[in-house]
Amino acid sequence: MHWTKSKKILAGAALALALGGTAIGLPVQAAELRMAWSQDATGLDPHKQTAFSSIRLLELIYEPLVQLNADLEVVPAVASSWSFSDDGLTLTFNINPDAKFSDGSSVTSEDVKASFERLLNEDTGAAARSNFLSIASIDTPDPQTAVFHLSQPDAPILVAMATANASIVPAAEIAAGNIGTKTLGSGPFVLDDWQPNSKEVLSPNPYWAGGKTGVDGITISVLPDETAILASLRAGQTDFALINDPLVATLVPSEPNLQLNRAAGLAYNVLQLNPSRAPMDNLKVRQAMSCAVNRQEVLDTALLGEGRVTGPLTMPAFRSDPNTLFCYQQDVEKAKQLMAEAGYPDGFSATVIAATGEPPVASAEAQVLQSQLAAIGIKLDIKLMELNVYVDAWLNADFDMAVALNGGRPDPYPMYNRYFTKDGNLLKVSNYVDDTLDSLMQQGRVETDFEKRKAIFQEFERHLAEVSPWIWLSTSYSYTAQLKTVHGFEPSPLGSLVSLSHVTVDE
Amino acid sequence: MNHVAQRLLTFPLILWGVSLIVFFSIRLIPGDAITAMLGTEAGLLTPDQRASLARYFGIDQPVHVQYLNWLGGLLHGDLGVSVTFGKPVLDVILQHFPLTLELAILSMIIALVVGVPLGVLAATRNERLSDLVVRILAMLGQSTPNFVLGLLIVFVLSVYFGTVPAMGVFTPITEDLGTNLLQLIFPAITLGFAFAASVMRISRSAMLDVLGDDYVRTAHSKGVSYWGVIWKHALPNALIPVVTISGVEFGYLLGGAVIVEQIFALPGLGRLVLDAVTHRDYALVQGTVLFIAFNFLLVNLIIDLLYVALDPRIRLGNR
Repeated sequence: MHWTKSKKILAGAALALALGGTAIGLPVQAAELRMAWSQDATGLDPHKQTAFSSIRLLELIYEPLVQLNADLEVVPAVASSWSFSDDGLTLTFNINPDAKFSDGSSVTSEDVKASFERLLNEDTGAAARSNFLSIASIDTPDPQTAVFHLSQPDAPILVAMATANASIVPAAEIAAGNIGTKTLGSGPFVLDDWQPNSKEVLSPNPYWAGGKTGVDGITISVLPDETAILASLRAGQTDFALINDPLVATLVPSEPNLQLNRAAGLAYNVLQLNPSRAPMDNLKVRQAMSCAVNRQEVLDTALLGEGRVTGPLTMPAFRSDPNTLFCYQQDVEKAKQLMAEAGYPDGFSATVIAATGEPPVASAEAQVLQSQLAAIGIKLDIKLMELNVYVDAWLNADFDMAVALNGGRPDPYPMYNRYFTKDGNLLKVSNYVDDTLDSLMQQGRVETDFEKRKAIFQEFERHLAEVSPWIWLSTSYSYTAQLKTVHGFEPSPLGSLVSLSHVTVDE
Repeated sequence: MNHVAQRLLTFPLILWGVSLIVFFSIRLIPGDAITAMLGTEAGLLTPDQRASLARYFGIDQPVHVQYLNWLGGLLHGDLGVSVTFGKPVLDVILQHFPLTLELAILSMIIALVVGVPLGVLAATRNERLSDLVVRILAMLGQSTPNFVLGLLIVFVLSVYFGTVPAMGVFTPITEDLGTNLLQLIFPAITLGFAFAASVMRISRSAMLDVLGDDYVRTAHSKGVSYWGVIWKHALPNALIPVVTISGVEFGYLLGGAVIVEQIFALPGLGRLVLDAVTHRDYALVQGTVLFIAFNFLLVNLIIDLLYVALDPRIRLGNR
């Protein structure tokens, strides 16, 4: 079709006029934050939900006893202060007298006790329960004091409490069976409306102990396609958005009205081997694979360089320089030699599973790994699966190898206890434990001196990288994109959106 | 009318077949509501915790018992409760259906308004330039995947016009007609483009057939004006295959347009089913698929009745 210039202008003008009509029709709500994300929350029970978006929504509504700030330090939330007894068996919380639920009632120690009892009750079905098994009992000497008695010293329990999964909910709501259907929290916002996979409407909690929020409300729209999120930001119709796909994120900085916030996350991209299957049960084969992989190249090619090469420990306080770990410099000759020593001079064939779109780079990672491992004769067959099917196979350890993006924790113990200790809940997935890993984990759990803990966990990391049950690759960023009219957001390594409570939007 | 009654009587049987297929096939996919909610964290559950959650999601009983319970409810008009929405499945469907219905109607209007006249034009100007242009357009329409067109529209609007249609939340026609139309017009164009292409092709070839018929020649020789013959005599007969194709396409569209709804973030039936499958919200998947199947049957019945209206020679039934 041949369009003359004047026709183009005419058509453009007509379209602009038609569309301009909507802009005029909409009321100006400058103090409201219009947010977008591609994956919606999956439910409203703070103790049960574990999906990233659910946690992000629920932490705006509920508060745990303590929170983690952007530097991953434990800071007050419902509790204003806390202390461990000298023997490490008692943990006492003083509850902020200003802490109130959004109906105006005070948060008391009874609510704290009822919340943790609900979490620990197996009928609740809370996955986070496994982090709190050392809690023997909870006393409530007065409404402002909650005393946790522990069955054994548990240094990481404080960090484990700093999540929406350990939110304090009203005892009365638990008794009424309302948790999950009705939200009543002590966080900065109140959920006014939720239409699953469509939108959330939040308004400020007038009783929030943190004072007045910076915006009059937040509307979250679910836009499943991240390209559409970018388009909506570009058009100024969305103020703030979560981005998962590095490909979309890297496009944000080139837009003059947009700003990209990156936070180095704790989650890690990893190639999980299954040491219960041959030949991955052979230490030398696993080590050969670790030596054959060029982690920087995987990062640069599959993840567009968005992230950093990492060892098992991703948290800034504990991690070590990855270059000091076993075979973090690619060494194909050494890899071939190890393969020959293991009795596989010509390599072998295996299947690697990856979830479609979760993370968005999973299939690209699998392809780069496939080409790198081909250099030592390992032929990988990539099997892409829908997320749920993948999760099912993963939980049943029904794979030779798996490309995964596993969540990180600010403390090494809750992060790896599940996989690499003798009674870890996910040992059936990792299929690997040895005495060294198990004993270092137990030492790290009870040690309270930070420097000593750090030394213990760095030894754990060094050993883990050397026995290579998995091949740790890189951490990635968590991204948010925003209009430049939005101020005051602090990106967090956990992806937390709690700082939206004091974000402001220009008129 | 007898025929209509007969057809209506077959509906329950067909729907029962659909219910069987959807009920068991959704359960054959690995993963369940628990892994959908918890992801890999589901591995941290103790057996008791898992049992408690299975009870909550209604997947603790043997599959055949679940089916009979569901079928029992169905006979009383109860499609069950969606675990994602925490609401009766029928309420959720009816909340999402108006968007899908409106989008399907708009797309069909676009397809017919564009497709029929262009098809007729192409037929009357057979093998000439305008015919060629129409045929190229039709080919383009049928071969452009709607995700390409949809993304292209979003991209062009946002980059060159600094705007995008309101996304995420649907504004019903009863609330604000202007916003509603602006929200749906681009998705409707995206869907209508391919739809119009098939209508164009079918009406062109049907028209060509009819134009060669004796009665058209008779009409011409009786001195009826050229366009009078085309519109009054030829078109009604040429429309029969157009009705067929439009009906089938419309029936498909009533099942939701997953990709277009995804791109334009419209909460319609297509995305509802997709999300329900992703979350393993079994009751919602079953209810929505049954609803879609029922609509499809109904639309087909209406098309058959339209044939009779358009061509009195056609008799429904065997008599």
